[in-house]
Amino acid sequence: MKQLIALLLTLAMVFALAACGGTAPAPEAKPAEEAKAPAKAETPSEAPAAEPVTITYCNFNANGGQEGTLDEMVAAFEKEHPEIKVQVETIAYDDYFTQMQTRVAGGTAPDCYELNIENFAAYANKGLLAEITGADTSALNETALNAFNVGGKQFGLPESFSNVILIYNKDLFDAAGVAYPTAEWTQDDLQQAAEAIRALGPDTFGIWQPITYNEMFKVVAQYGGALLNQDKTAFTINSAENLKAMQTLVDRVTVSNVQPTAEQAGAMGDWDWFMSGKLGMIPTGIWAFQTFTENCEFDWDIVVEPGSTQKATHFFSNCVVMNPETQHAEAVAAWLAWLTGSTASADIRLAHGWDLPALKDMDALAAYLQVTPPENKVAVFDSLNYLVMPPVIEDYAKMCDIINEKLSAAAAGTMTVEDALNAAQAECEAQIKLG
Amino acid sequence: MKGNGPGKNRGCGGLITASPFLVPSLIGLAIFYLAPMLISVFISLTDWNGLDRLFADGFMRQHYIGLENYRSILTSDEFWKVLGNTLEYIVLYIPLMLLVSISVATLLSRQRKGVGVFRVLYYIPVLTSWVAASLIWKTILAPQFGAMNNILALFGIKGPGWLLDEKWAMPAIVLVSVWKDMGFFGLILLSGIIGINTSYYEAAAIDGAGPVTKFFRITLPLLTPAIFYVMIVSLINSFQLFPQIMIMTDGGPNGATQVMVERIYKYGFRYFQMGYASAFSWILFVIIMLCTALQLRGQNRWVNYDS
Repeated sequence: MKQLIALLLTLAMVFALAACGGTAPAPEAKPAEEAKAPAKAETPSEAPAAEPVTITYCNFNANGGQEGTLDEMVAAFEKEHPEIKVQVETIAYDDYFTQMQTRVAGGTAPDCYELNIENFAAYANKGLLAEITGADTSALNETALNAFNVGGKQFGLPESFSNVILIYNKDLFDAAGVAYPTAEWTQDDLQQAAEAIRALGPDTFGIWQPITYNEMFKVVAQYGGALLNQDKTAFTINSAENLKAMQTLVDRVTVSNVQPTAEQAGAMGDWDWFMSGKLGMIPTGIWAFQTFTENCEFDWDIVVEPGSTQKATHFFSNCVVMNPETQHAEAVAAWLAWLTGSTASADIRLAHGWDLPALKDMDALAAYLQVTPPENKVAVFDSLNYLVMPPVIEDYAKMCDIINEKLSAAAAGTMTVEDALNAAQAECEAQIKLG
Repeated sequence: MKGNGPGKNRGCGGLITASPFLVPSLIGLAIFYLAPMLISVFISLTDWNGLDRLFADGFMRQHYIGLENYRSILTSDEFWKVLGNTLEYIVLYIPLMLLVSISVATLLSRQRKGVGVFRVLYYIPVLTSWVAASLIWKTILAPQFGAMNNILALFGIKGPGWLLDEKWAMPAIVLVSVWKDMGFFGLILLSGIIGINTSYYEAAAIDGAGPVTKFFRITLPLLTPAIFYVMIVSLINSFQLFPQIMIMTDGGPNGATQVMVERIYKYGFRYFQMGYASAFSWILFVIIMLCTALQLRGQNRWVNYDS
């Protein structure tokens, strides 16, 4: 009986190994099948011209409503390039990066795929991406393009961008008798306005700027600080500028209380508060426009975020990358360049209200400006003059988590801002190797 | 007619007949459990980032770092902090869960009208997905507008910040876990109570024993095998605490609810340190093995098998 069990287990193991070994040749099998199809057609004279290559493209961004838009783009591309077929796979954001990790490690990654900026850094530094050569990138926004350039090599093309502006509730400003924010505002002006709005009532707050890593790297830049030194060889998390910046944010919660504490906020998020009409200002992404337009029963507008010693605004971008093991580098480069940089693609994107293409020429985006509210939509583009990029390092996610952990303690008042930054600095130094 | 010997024979013949039916699930077991476990032993000895090709030539040569992962885990402050958090959970959870489950089981063992309805009601949390339950509890435990603190306020108690408070986050997770698990463990204990021979109670009644004496002298001692089972299962589950943490606190505030599986997940899939995460898993495995072995060894002292 024991022998039988042993036999069965061995059998199972053999199957297991066979299954593991089977994954590697899979990508090669596909092109072979494609090649067979035209051969069967028995029209050898026409074959060379009409032999399309099929490339696979994975993304998360179309998930949740824009799948049709992406299909439309693919159809337009295939019309322009009949020699290339794009096979799209859209995966929900929550599963996307675990899936890509498994596929890349298992050798079954698609020919090209989408990455967000954090994962881009990790993938590029680990040598898992191909340099994209031969793609026309002249139409793309340079800041965005540079974000995906590592050591002079273009490993990704910016596919879309979004940025952060200050959204404000006009009705609350009127009620408090404060002039609307302007592009010249500084953090001090913001503080004064926030205090005037806070005085309107016990449940009315001036501003909500989350005390998190994502806000931190931008706000410290507004005070002339940074999380890393220039050549990214050392952490500067607890610098004097950073301390001043973060102290300002935390004081808004714990001292002047123009921003709700976690307890005051309750289960409602920052957007909910703004939409309820009880929040004067909120620095948030342009992706909020649609939701705010639908849900706000008051007048609101936007302005470039106030800075301190200088202005600094957020910029988020997703990029598309190429798998170094692809058999069709040229076709992939053509698709990626078209997807990111062509006006045809941009038009489809804008027509469906998807995120903004990362183009240099803002005229292509004229249609975008015409949709209101907000009236001052041009602030979206003005903000691009003050972009700061996240300090991308290989251990990006770990740095984020460490800093967030300490900042949440500072925001809750269980740690002073200085102690929190010192602790974050010490932990990052101990756990993350730079350079 | 055939006695003992053929019985044994029948077992073997049964296995041969059954084997074709077993093969599919054995293959699944081998591919999805045994092989990954085996592979993870090797991964734990490497600095694999979870992205490089695992079966490539020279993988071990390039990535092998010996016991370095184990050394750095065991010498890191983080490991001991996380182990401390896990133990805090266990120390709070197991006694409370036992108390609540035994109470639930005792209440539900009475032959009253409508007891079937309550048995179902208590079991509903068990059937609810952890994700949904965690999201609902997160709202209930919100400091100012949450149901919990508003109910407490009716009695003049000012509730804590729960999940936002470093001191209260773990107790809050414990409360939610007890709520979720009491139906399951209550059901196991209930079957234990129902299995107790009623003649013991009849004899005790004749001797004039009241309900309290009956409970402590008869029910509890004879329930020890079920309690023992519940303790082993719940201890193992406690070490594997994960979904409620991931959704309700994500390890926060300030790391107060970081536990072992949460760390393993973060290291493997967020920080790209799969080797480190694998070593962490094996350390967790050893800890669970040791605890279970200790429990098995200690059972003679208090578990009563003659019912």
